[in-house]
Amino acid sequence: MPKMIINNQEFEFEPGMTILQVAEQAGVEVPVFCYHPKLSIAGNCRMCLVEVEKSPKPVASCSMPAVEGMVVHTNTPSVEKARKGVLEFLLINHPLDCPICDQGGECDLQDITMQYGPSTSRFEENKRAVADKNFGPLIKTHMTRCIHCTRCVRFADEIAGVPELGGTGRGEHMEIGTYVEKAISSELSGNMVDICPVGALTSRPYAFKGRSWELTSTESIDVHDALGANIRVDSRTGEVMRILPIRNDAVNEEWLADKSRYSYDGLKRQRLDRPYLRNAKGQLEEVSWEKAFEATALKLKASKPEKIAALVGDLVDVESMFTLKKLFQGLKIPNYDCRLDGSSYPVSPAFKGDFTFNTGMLGIEEQADVCLIIGCALRTDAPLVNARLRKRYLSHGLQVAHVGVPFESTFPLDHLGDEASLLADILEGKHPFSKVLKKAKYPMIIIGNEALTRPDGGELHAMAKAIAAQYNMVREGWNGFNVLHSAASRMGGLLMGFIPENGALPTKDILAKAEKGELDVLYLLGADELPETCLEKPFVIYQGHHGEVGAMHADVIFPGAAYTEKDALYVNIEGRVQQANRAIFPPHEAKDDWKIIRALSDYVGAGLNFVNLSDVRAALSIENPSFSLLNISQPGPLSTVSKTLPKVGDQKFKPKALSYYMTNVIARHSVTMANCVRDLTGGVHD
Amino acid sequence: MVEQETEPFLFSKANSTLAKQIVARYPKGRQASAVLPLLDLAQRQSGGWLPQSAMRYVAEYLEMPEIRVYEVATFYTMFNLKPVGKHLVQVCTTTPCWLRGSGDLMDLCRRKLGVEKGQTTPDGVFTVVEVECLGACVNAPMVQINDDFYEDLSVEAFDGILENLTAGKTVKTGSALGRMSNPYRKGE
Repeated sequence: MPKMIINNQEFEFEPGMTILQVAEQAGVEVPVFCYHPKLSIAGNCRMCLVEVEKSPKPVASCSMPAVEGMVVHTNTPSVEKARKGVLEFLLINHPLDCPICDQGGECDLQDITMQYGPSTSRFEENKRAVADKNFGPLIKTHMTRCIHCTRCVRFADEIAGVPELGGTGRGEHMEIGTYVEKAISSELSGNMVDICPVGALTSRPYAFKGRSWELTSTESIDVHDALGANIRVDSRTGEVMRILPIRNDAVNEEWLADKSRYSYDGLKRQRLDRPYLRNAKGQLEEVSWEKAFEATALKLKASKPEKIAALVGDLVDVESMFTLKKLFQGLKIPNYDCRLDGSSYPVSPAFKGDFTFNTGMLGIEEQADVCLIIGCALRTDAPLVNARLRKRYLSHGLQVAHVGVPFESTFPLDHLGDEASLLADILEGKHPFSKVLKKAKYPMIIIGNEALTRPDGGELHAMAKAIAAQYNMVREGWNGFNVLHSAASRMGGLLMGFIPENGALPTKDILAKAEKGELDVLYLLGADELPETCLEKPFVIYQGHHGEVGAMHADVIFPGAAYTEKDALYVNIEGRVQQANRAIFPPHEAKDDWKIIRALSDYVGAGLNFVNLSDVRAALSIENPSFSLLNISQPGPLSTVSKTLPKVGDQKFKPKALSYYMTNVIARHSVTMANCVRDLTGGVHD
Repeated sequence: MVEQETEPFLFSKANSTLAKQIVARYPKGRQASAVLPLLDLAQRQSGGWLPQSAMRYVAEYLEMPEIRVYEVATFYTMFNLKPVGKHLVQVCTTTPCWLRGSGDLMDLCRRKLGVEKGQTTPDGVFTVVEVECLGACVNAPMVQINDDFYEDLSVEAFDGILENLTAGKTVKTGSALGRMSNPYRKGE
């Protein structure tokens, strides 16, 4: 490897690295504004100037390639002077409004000014002022503070794939904006707030709410989609103040989708904070935990096991599901299903590959060359998976085709049609796209919810597997078969076998029976996306954190904890088991969900003997050891493909009923998300 | 800026042919390089200024994001983003012209046309703007009206030009003194 000298010390580097990257790797600090490791290099802030021997002028280290034998100094008086000068120019038009700026305390410009800046200004003329722009309900702008680093412009162009931002005008009149006023139409727009090195773009919902040094940060896992992005929950006095991403290159890089970032205000509204029981008058009445448990136990004991069923919602953690499964097993109740979306393709925890996103995020980024998407609006179902595909498209020209409801993509997407019958043509080599798949070295297939929740979802799943087998997508060293779930709880549930076995009822049948009144008790663990007609006849036990459809029709309510309020495991689409941590406590009498079920066990005599969370996790690991391996993507084997050709119906794919900003209870109770629906999708929030 | 309500823009037949020729000058897939000449074409067709509809049309024509076209159009001062008069009078006021009396030319505009720099006469015939050096210093002072240079101007000569333009007569372009190739002026 070539070597270069920085500050009299020799460092090795990979060819192609810039001086700045070598310095960063060596631990030599160079101040930057416009440089961002995930974006293209612009070199326009000039803050990273360093001295290179034999070069007559200071050099912008972010854009200068490192060369064998180069001698660089970053701490000489001339470098110091250059940085001081650059900073003074940047500050000329920057308002000194740190006390009223939301970036204060976590501002690159503030920090670097503390280190290199002058203590007073020599500039006596008028500062320029720039009109603020309207970037929509998520981003608040204060454009006078902008230092024209163009990070947001490059982010919109490269990562988000919505080239709507630019620098218009020239010289002193240059402004960053959209020119013609419009909100940023990206579901990744919140990340612009993170990458803005000054206070020009700040979070609108968080405006004037708090200071960075008052917040307690808790590392956790996001549950708003199934990717399990790594997040940091910033809280203050028992309240979630904001949510930011944490860098994890294997999962979310350093991005976070808007729903995950901004729906936290939904955690403060319409919360279930004490147990309720429906009284003789048919009204829900506040009761003690004991009374709620007693009433529930009475009902459970009085009903026949086959007339009892449980459904779990999209945000439920692994431990709660597991405890509920154990409770039901203890009571010999067979009917439970974690697939609230109604999908019913055959799964077995032994063939994990059948329901996992096997390629993984890194597989997309490093190898994939052709991708077929079936029944999935990737951009809204999993914005960060979509961003990975775009990244691969930009770096290696990933070719993507799509069968399903058309959606606006951020990379060239060959929309083959929305009839499921196309898949048979692709399988048999009759479709032109078959040739592309045949030639591909690392082809992959993604099958999503639009397909799997259809009545013929099982056949479509089999069809996707057959296509994967036909085009050699699953082989030694490459697994291109991917199922994209839409709920954070799904992978965990499938993996622990929270599915009906030996003829027990799946979701569809449970709901049908409930509607007909053939079911006595329905246990809903955070399940709200259900038709109301199914909840009228049975005795409904609702355990969850928001009062919505489920709680409205419940006969007894157990208040549970939201994802920010408990230590819990979640499994992401890649089979990566990740741990969420408690940032704040659940409100009032609400409790961790697994504890509620454990307590209920004593009333019904189900024999659960977990004392603490580690007991639950230990029992879980014994049943399925993959739960004990944290933070590793765990693809699995696929079941064999049946020889007979699956019979796929030829009806068209149907679009999802719920808007991206409204897919779960937390988002549905968030004012910010309602504003997004109003301003960004042109829809009306109901 | 809010969205302008302007009529939809389409290249005329002649300009359409021209645009195709211009785009053909660049390699395939690099058609965005033609943005400057196409914006110029669009500006000429729309009467000397670029409405938003024209910029959007060019963006669509070249398959590039709208904002990239706005960036270009707002960067170059020769693209007018607001309507201008029939004759765009661009008075050079950079040092050489100023030393040779461009201030008097500006005064004349003010007196004769009744507009300040940047303004258009109520009848929409003249727009007066102040510009930086146009590279004809040797024949200072000078004024550019639409595409033509008028050099070696005295107040009287400029007055005549404006007079003729108002009357719709043709005007002699170039040096008011009839100089060619900037020969030495006797007595100076």
